[in-house]
Amino acid sequence: MDVQVKETKELVMGKPNLEVFSATLQDLAAGDQDIIVVTSDSRGSGKLVPFGQKYPKQMVEVGIVEQNLVGVAAGLASAGKKVFAVSPACFLTARALEQIKNDVAYSDNPVKLIGISAGVSYGALGTTHHSLHDYAVCRAINNLMVVAPADNVETEQSIRLAAALDRPIYIRFGKKPMPFLHAEDQTFEFGKARMITDGKDLAIIGTGETVHPALLAAQQLEAQYGIKTSVVSMHTIKPLDTELLDKLSARGCPILTVEEHMVHGGLGEACASYLFQKGCTNKFRIMGIPDEYTVTGSQVEIFDHYGISAPGITSVALDLLDGNFRMVKK
Amino acid sequence: MTDRELQQKSVQLRKKLLKYIYQAKAGHTGGSLSCIDILNVLYNRVLNIDPDDFKNPDRDRYIQSKGHSVEALFVTLADRGFFPESDLETLCQYQSHYIGHPTKKVRGVEQNTGALGHGLPICVGESLAAKMDHKSHRIFTLLGDGELPEGSNWEAMLIAAHYKLDNLYAILDYNKQQITGSNQEVMNTEPIKDKVEAFGWSVKEVDGHDLKALEDVLNNGPFAEGKPNFIIAHTIKGKGISYMEGVLKWHHGVPNEELYAQAQKELDDLELAL
Ligand SMILES: [Mg+2]
Repeated sequence: MDVQVKETKELVMGKPNLEVFSATLQDLAAGDQDIIVVTSDSRGSGKLVPFGQKYPKQMVEVGIVEQNLVGVAAGLASAGKKVFAVSPACFLTARALEQIKNDVAYSDNPVKLIGISAGVSYGALGTTHHSLHDYAVCRAINNLMVVAPADNVETEQSIRLAAALDRPIYIRFGKKPMPFLHAEDQTFEFGKARMITDGKDLAIIGTGETVHPALLAAQQLEAQYGIKTSVVSMHTIKPLDTELLDKLSARGCPILTVEEHMVHGGLGEACASYLFQKGCTNKFRIMGIPDEYTVTGSQVEIFDHYGISAPGITSVALDLLDGNFRMVKK
Repeated sequence: MTDRELQQKSVQLRKKLLKYIYQAKAGHTGGSLSCIDILNVLYNRVLNIDPDDFKNPDRDRYIQSKGHSVEALFVTLADRGFFPESDLETLCQYQSHYIGHPTKKVRGVEQNTGALGHGLPICVGESLAAKMDHKSHRIFTLLGDGELPEGSNWEAMLIAAHYKLDNLYAILDYNKQQITGSNQEVMNTEPIKDKVEAFGWSVKEVDGHDLKALEDVLNNGPFAEGKPNFIIAHTIKGKGISYMEGVLKWHHGVPNEELYAQAQKELDDLELAL
């Protein structure tokens, strides 16, 4: 099948996933008073001020105490509430990691952990405010799903499905407006990755806000070199869609993963772990934030710096294809 | 159950927890003996719970924050009919659900605990939910004095006072010792009463081995309307066994055959004297 998405300019720009999250929660709360949002002085950054105004009885402010944000959320969930614990991903998955591990995952209290302004969304604020470890630590905890929606559709669906989910889940997203990536008819399910494009020469697997640059790179590869790329939104990092990985691997094409996370322990290593233990011989490359003192700037500037961009991904893809492509005359 | 029978039960529960610790060659002996009277009163005089209808949403909750004193909890739950006592023969054995900390795999256990400073925040969530739903059940937790310095406890105290959670009862098993030494030596937490009151709670002190006094305090809350309840239960680590009382090595010491026999004899004598 050919690449379906054509030109960059034809992608329709949506809202920040954060705003979609907030709007979806309000919609859910309207019909269900068991929907509870817990915030740690994070209602502003979580775009939840309107929620608090509309549903004051369904919002619990705990102050700047992330450990208790999660511990209290676990107690509320245990009592039957559908609890969204909302805090910047950097604090939620570091300061409160023991509460996530014990009070949520181990005790099986179905809290919906929402990491806002994830990855390098707070780019210029530095490492304290970056979450480049969260996939790794959350993946290493039993009984915790890990999800990074790529666009507004995936975000809304994730929040709706999470509300009804009876097991713990961690969902993270950023605050930059995201374009719509998907064909309209696609359904959303946790653990089932979404093919944005389907091409046989190369597979680029992104998650969260790296799917967009992956798609831009795929468009460039097609336009300049005639390379047909499968772009995948692996929104659920745990459990991985191994069926799709098998399918991509069986094509024998190079596989490239791209994530807004340190290269250790995230999407790329999750895919590699599965594929190589099954004997996969595809060429494989992990792109992400390297293990170094992270550069600061806007999210886009940091992405560009580390090659998480159309030219950066294109260049790695060409390297991976090892000259096995042809220039397309314009 | 008469008061005398309740007193006998405290001795019997001590015998049982020692038996299973002795058999498993592992356990938190001193702390289990210091809190067993509190658990006896909770499960037999205070908590509105039904072993046959354990998931009833209106039940009182008990979440043991000092999870390491699990032997006290297990013998109390078994005695209360949550599971056959013979299950405890597997304590700490390969693949047993009866491990060294409470888990929900054991019938009657509300939450998986063991890491310190986790019980109170979860109880705050349970108490908030009860208030939201206009329910009248109460939420109890048992804190160790060694875990009191955990910041999460003090965060939880702030939140509980802010939301006026007078349905919440935190009981401090104040045996004044922890694994390394006395609380005073390791990390002074006094004056506890003043500190907790300053956090907006209502505080009562009680002899943690006086069953009647415990029952009176625990069943007569809230101590002040709109304030969460904190009970400083003064206890003795290793209570009931002469050579263990206040002796640090029994924090998780396991008696040898001779000392085990002596302990059971002391408890037999105590029971006869009641
Ligand atoms: Mg102690």
